[in-house]
Amino acid sequence: MLLSLPALHLQTSEYHPLFQLPHRRLGPWCSPTGSPAPLSCETGCGEGSWILVCRLLVPTQVSLLSMEEDIDTRKINNSFLRDHSYATEADIISTVEFNHTGELLATGDKGGRVVIFQREQESKNQVHRRGEYNVYSTFQSHEPEFDYLKSLEIEEKINKIRWLPQQNAAYFLLSTNDKTVKLWKVSERDKRPEGYNLKDEEGRLRDPATITTLRVPVLRPMDLMVEATPRRVFANAHTYHINSISVNSDYETYMSADDLRINLWNFEITNQSFNIVDIKPANMEELTEVITAAEFHPHHCNTFVYSSSKGTIRLCDMRASALCDRHTKFFEEPEDPSNRSFFSEIISSISDVKFSHSGRYIMTRDYLTVKVWDLNMENRPIETYQVHDYLRSKLCSLYENDCIFDKFECVWNGSDSVIMTGSYNNFFRMFDRNTKRDVTLEASRENSKPRAILKPRKVCVGGKRRKDEISVDSLDFSKKILHTAWHPSENIIAVAATNNLYIFQDKVN
Amino acid sequence: MFARGLKRKCAEDEEAVPAYSLQRQSLLDMSLVKLQLCHMLVEPNLCRSVLIANTVRQIQEEMTQDGSWCVPVPQTAGRASRDRLVSTEILCRSAREGARPAPDPGDPASELQVVPAAQAPGAPPGGAWDGDGPRENRGSFHKSLDQIFETLESQSPGAVEELFSDVDGSYYDLDAVLTGMVGGAKSGQDGLEAFASAAAPPPSASCKSDLGELDHVVEILVET
Repeated sequence: MLLSLPALHLQTSEYHPLFQLPHRRLGPWCSPTGSPAPLSCETGCGEGSWILVCRLLVPTQVSLLSMEEDIDTRKINNSFLRDHSYATEADIISTVEFNHTGELLATGDKGGRVVIFQREQESKNQVHRRGEYNVYSTFQSHEPEFDYLKSLEIEEKINKIRWLPQQNAAYFLLSTNDKTVKLWKVSERDKRPEGYNLKDEEGRLRDPATITTLRVPVLRPMDLMVEATPRRVFANAHTYHINSISVNSDYETYMSADDLRINLWNFEITNQSFNIVDIKPANMEELTEVITAAEFHPHHCNTFVYSSSKGTIRLCDMRASALCDRHTKFFEEPEDPSNRSFFSEIISSISDVKFSHSGRYIMTRDYLTVKVWDLNMENRPIETYQVHDYLRSKLCSLYENDCIFDKFECVWNGSDSVIMTGSYNNFFRMFDRNTKRDVTLEASRENSKPRAILKPRKVCVGGKRRKDEISVDSLDFSKKILHTAWHPSENIIAVAATNNLYIFQDKVN
Repeated sequence: MFARGLKRKCAEDEEAVPAYSLQRQSLLDMSLVKLQLCHMLVEPNLCRSVLIANTVRQIQEEMTQDGSWCVPVPQTAGRASRDRLVSTEILCRSAREGARPAPDPGDPASELQVVPAAQAPGAPPGGAWDGDGPRENRGSFHKSLDQIFETLESQSPGAVEELFSDVDGSYYDLDAVLTGMVGGAKSGQDGLEAFASAAAPPPSASCKSDLGELDHVVEILVET
């Protein structure tokens, strides 16, 4: 039964004891900060130039157990994980995100886990290993919860992960499920203090009477441990489902957006947040529009955008007022009357919005297209790319089976010259903004061997189907690429296909 | 009850008009079933619910405006056959191009028959389902549908799956409707025929009131 919304939410216990999993680091030691990778984005997305680097399975609970005992993680990564492709619902990857250097790659899954992969260190005699990622740390970020007042289960599924810029040896990331955002610290420890004589081996204080001398403890090397510790829990601020989190360029605040509201948080303060957008009508019967995604401008800490289910984007300036209920800019494309149908609104609903690295453009993804908007032009996008226009005649079936509500995300490459987004049948698309060329690639186990060049795929649209084409009717709509990520400076991409994470890179000449 | 052959002939003769209204009706039915399912969840996906509700509003507004031309809807509303579903693809194309002929003023019957279109099968409970419809005509399917909704409303959302996983014969019809009305053609024919006749309310009912029902559904949906 429906319960009316309580004024105060039940305070759920969010305290997590230090959660740590011992992990073996692979290869030679290196400084955890790592140096920024060289820029190599000039290559663009030339057709057919992508190769599979590795296919990683997010470790299941079973493999997590074995990892604690197993000494060689790589063995697990290469044999165990790759050979066992059983997947449960909990293993389905729900978000993928590179950190700011590209050294780490985080995935979140429906089971509430976060798995962090670390890039294999480059070495001159192992050129073929370039771009390989291995498991670095795994931790349970969110647990399933029950809201007793609303009689409601809160899923543990990780909706989004965002990295904070690195400021010391530790890494920080935000992860969120439908209701609660958490700040995690991921740090390494390879030394431990030894030789205390005030405590015994088990850490109990010795009887002071028995201590005759004081010994200075020394740091001794030990097996490398990667610890993930929850540092902050930002709870009880969202009535609806959180769809986006975005770290501000001031690095002190971030925002979280749900279907009807956007909140602004300070990283240091967990018990209060500022509501900066609220589109909830006084009378919920009048509700016709929801917030679908939101993001801060990459350089201007006062500016952010949010997209809506009506296909519009609002740019807000937090300097204008505390509550940004009046937008500064409103981006909307007039509807094409020749394409009007009952599904017009549904397919124009924006599933993702991303600022370009430069901050000059906004990219939006709707059901059939990706659009690039210039911040200085509100009345139409400057570029529109068809992702899978052949589905336009299938919208009724896609509505029927609910695929039409799938939320595809989109990403920019490091130099904002190429954009990438997913489709069905494990296909994903890249569009080169300069050459206007596009390519369809497939992330599948069957069709890609490590180091083999990916063959561009083609979907047959009407007429005769050629040999290597696939017809629209044989596309598998259960295999969808919703989440992808592009390395911040190199041509390395991560593509999540259910419980598989594929890493591709452009071919080295 | 009209003979099947007659319906078919009718649809062929008038081509685009009945095809379009039929598909629109089918889309409306589908949307209302989806909304009903959203209603069962404590916290439905708000974006999806809003988009479906807007679609229903749009269809019903259009039906209110130019309802007078959709002739064969009442006869065929409950058909739920494979033809109906496949042909809905026409809706994916432009809703307005070509499929918008002038109303036929010469046919007084059409005006009478239009109205039920908006109140046909999938209307929310409290409306056509357990309201004014001639109760004696209710088929077993209709009853089981009400039963299911009653049961579901008193249970946690987790029970939905359980319930649907071991459906018996009488529940199968709903299952078919829920998974896309395709299966209905196979074994659900009788139930659906009955469903159709039961769901046709008196012609005096207006589309406006149905919009009110919709608002009610939306209200329930978003109450969480």
